[in-house]
Amino acid sequence: MTAALARLSGIGKIFSGHAVLEDVDFELRAGEVHVLAGENGAGKSTLIKILGGVHAADAGEVVVGGIPRRFRSVQEAARAGVAVIHQELSLAPALSVEDNLFLGRERRGFLGVVSARAQRRAARALLQRVGLAVDPRVAVGALPVAARQLVEIAKALGQDARVIAMDEPTSSLARTEAERLFALIEELKRGGAGIVYITHRMEEIYRLADRISVLRDGRMILTRPAGELDRATLVRAMVGRPLDEQIHREPVPPGAEVLAADAVTVRGRTGLLLAGVGFALRAGEVLGVAGLAGSGSSDLLHALFGDRRAEFRGLRIGGRPAQVRSPREAMGRGIALLTADRKRSGLCLSLSVAENATLAALPQLSPGGIRRPRREAAAAARGVTALRIRCRSAAQTVRTLSGGNQQKVAFAKWIETRPRVLLLDEPTRGIDVGAKHEVYDLINRWTAEGMGILLVSSELPELLGLADRVIVLHRGRLTAQLDRREATPDRVIAAALGGEDRGGTAA
Amino acid sequence: MNARPGGFSVSREVLFAFAALAVVLGLGSVFHAHGLFFKPETHALALWAVSGYGILACGMTVVIVTAGIDLSVGSLVALAGIVFAMGTMNAEWPGWIAVPAAVLVGAACGLFSGTLVALLRLQPFIATLAMMAFARGMAKWLTGGVKVQKMPPPATVEALNAKLAIFGVDVSISVFLFLGCVALTASFLRALRFGRYVYAIGDNEEAARLSGVPVRLTKTLAYVLCGALAGLAGVLFAAVERQGNPDAGVGYELTAIAMVVVGGTSLMGGRGGVVLTVLGALTIGYLRKILDINGVPTPQQLMITGGIIVLAVLVQSLKTEG
Repeated sequence: MTAALARLSGIGKIFSGHAVLEDVDFELRAGEVHVLAGENGAGKSTLIKILGGVHAADAGEVVVGGIPRRFRSVQEAARAGVAVIHQELSLAPALSVEDNLFLGRERRGFLGVVSARAQRRAARALLQRVGLAVDPRVAVGALPVAARQLVEIAKALGQDARVIAMDEPTSSLARTEAERLFALIEELKRGGAGIVYITHRMEEIYRLADRISVLRDGRMILTRPAGELDRATLVRAMVGRPLDEQIHREPVPPGAEVLAADAVTVRGRTGLLLAGVGFALRAGEVLGVAGLAGSGSSDLLHALFGDRRAEFRGLRIGGRPAQVRSPREAMGRGIALLTADRKRSGLCLSLSVAENATLAALPQLSPGGIRRPRREAAAAARGVTALRIRCRSAAQTVRTLSGGNQQKVAFAKWIETRPRVLLLDEPTRGIDVGAKHEVYDLINRWTAEGMGILLVSSELPELLGLADRVIVLHRGRLTAQLDRREATPDRVIAAALGGEDRGGTAA
Repeated sequence: MNARPGGFSVSREVLFAFAALAVVLGLGSVFHAHGLFFKPETHALALWAVSGYGILACGMTVVIVTAGIDLSVGSLVALAGIVFAMGTMNAEWPGWIAVPAAVLVGAACGLFSGTLVALLRLQPFIATLAMMAFARGMAKWLTGGVKVQKMPPPATVEALNAKLAIFGVDVSISVFLFLGCVALTASFLRALRFGRYVYAIGDNEEAARLSGVPVRLTKTLAYVLCGALAGLAGVLFAAVERQGNPDAGVGYELTAIAMVVVGGTSLMGGRGGVVLTVLGALTIGYLRKILDINGVPTPQQLMITGGIIVLAVLVQSLKTEG
């Protein structure tokens, strides 16, 4: 095959005394997509940050274009033809799309003045390539996340990079946008670029990859052509043990009704986010809420947690009429909400595992407002053990944990409040296969203990695998209510698209 | 790790803050001004000079950990000082009324700023900037713009200027009040649920709110505490000057913020603590004292102080790498 565009050999990286990468070899050839797979915390992002000049390696050699390099900055790496599209978007929200595209390499014209016209023309061309129809003068902050992701990709294209690394580029893209990206990747391949691609999605790995490398605990486990690596082997390499891809749900005979409403209505700025959605959740039951983006499923959870102003008709908690006007009130009634975005609204990242795990239960842990350090330590230890949180100690800062372990801390925070109803909004988003299965086990365990769970997940196999019953929302309306046998992917998708309309409410 | 509630181990932040103080003290033992630096009286005076600002810095720490800022404390020093002076000198209130009255006025102003920030969601910078102007105006309005004085000063004023002999060295009462305020705020942040909430809000307000933290109440209380401490500091400054001065305290908020920042508390919120602030206050206070005894004039003192603030914060930012 062709020569290597980039070669990393013997790479080592240590963060605060902890080896994140050890003796890692990685090679990228011209015209290939090289998927970098591995669980969260395996070191994938760190590796491409070293390639892209964000971090300097503590050991090993980086060769790009046949020349050994020591990138001291992203700009240096960019000049050598390396572009990295990061998971955390690295755009300036207040600047316009075109300014972001050319940030740091403005088109200069006469007397070094930025040439606005040339820049706008170039910006339009780039946006067209990624299939994004926005005015280049709009501020990036005003765009939805998916559009921002595409701007980020356009920015990398504009650098004429030969080595392009993408860290979960489709995590916020819709189907059609993702397809557009895949076509673009093909185009880049044909143009002789090499692409390092990080993703958690199996379908994407096998759709795109020419070769696959697996990192685990900072070590390179294997590198193979995609055709010679079957799914089972890949998963085993990632997790380090054989793993059942099936989701097990151990149904529990449902108990008494724990949370129910005849109609929940939420008004948004432009219209109804939820229009009279009714449901009933019983103890030991997992009720899945399916729906596409904008269906109102997340709004339903936030409304039930008292975080959105909502109109309830016939809201019952534990079988009795009740109200929830604030998160505190909801918590007082035994309701807990795990939010979809743990970094933004789930965790205090620079506080410790213990501080996060005890935050919600603090009123019970510190009677009279006075803290009881021993009780708190015991509660934190309970959480770490029960959820098998992998941390050096409960005093470790949450920011330094892997995504899966961060999510477990968020779970621990709520379990300590001993909720009767758990509202889960995308509980496995951005966490690796192993951690996902641990979450599934926990869901089984908690429902067996009599908890009722309302589950929102955009991963349909997960939703259908776990839910005992499914309600489907379409633009704030209930379009189907299916039990486990009826809930086939086809029917759920049809209802999510607005098909199977059975009117507003159901008991 | 930082000086966080519950953790009593010596953290890296504390070590860094100690190192900065040690450097300054090292300078003092080199430039000792003919042995003046080694006299206990010099240290008693250095502590005395720090104490008023240090009290402001304690309250400021709590507000800054919530990711806020309080620019009004300098004006509150003036306003509380006026209330105290008018109370003791004009109305002849006894100390046990005049001092709490001044502290209450500070707390009430803090309540107002806190309400603007927590309920009306004004940016802390703007809300307290407004309070800064308002309280200054109020101080001038109450006095008609002139200083409040009385000769001889009332007994309460003299009592606050008293000194206690510790191992034969006279130490001003305000030093003990400063230490008391340190103990008070440190225990608020460490031993009370309130303290944990302060850190959680400073780090991620949205996550805190969705964990049931009473965000508005906690933030308001932080400003009330800061205002009350500014009131107490105002009493001390007025007592030292033996007058109520509507122009007192100008720029003190910046000194207090500098002390907090040099100690290593981040303006981003969620991290830091009062122990750090004490070390930062001593670093700045001793620097001034050492420059003083060596006869460095005020303009150069200010320039050097500016340099030290930058240096200290640069060193602090090194430790957060990696």
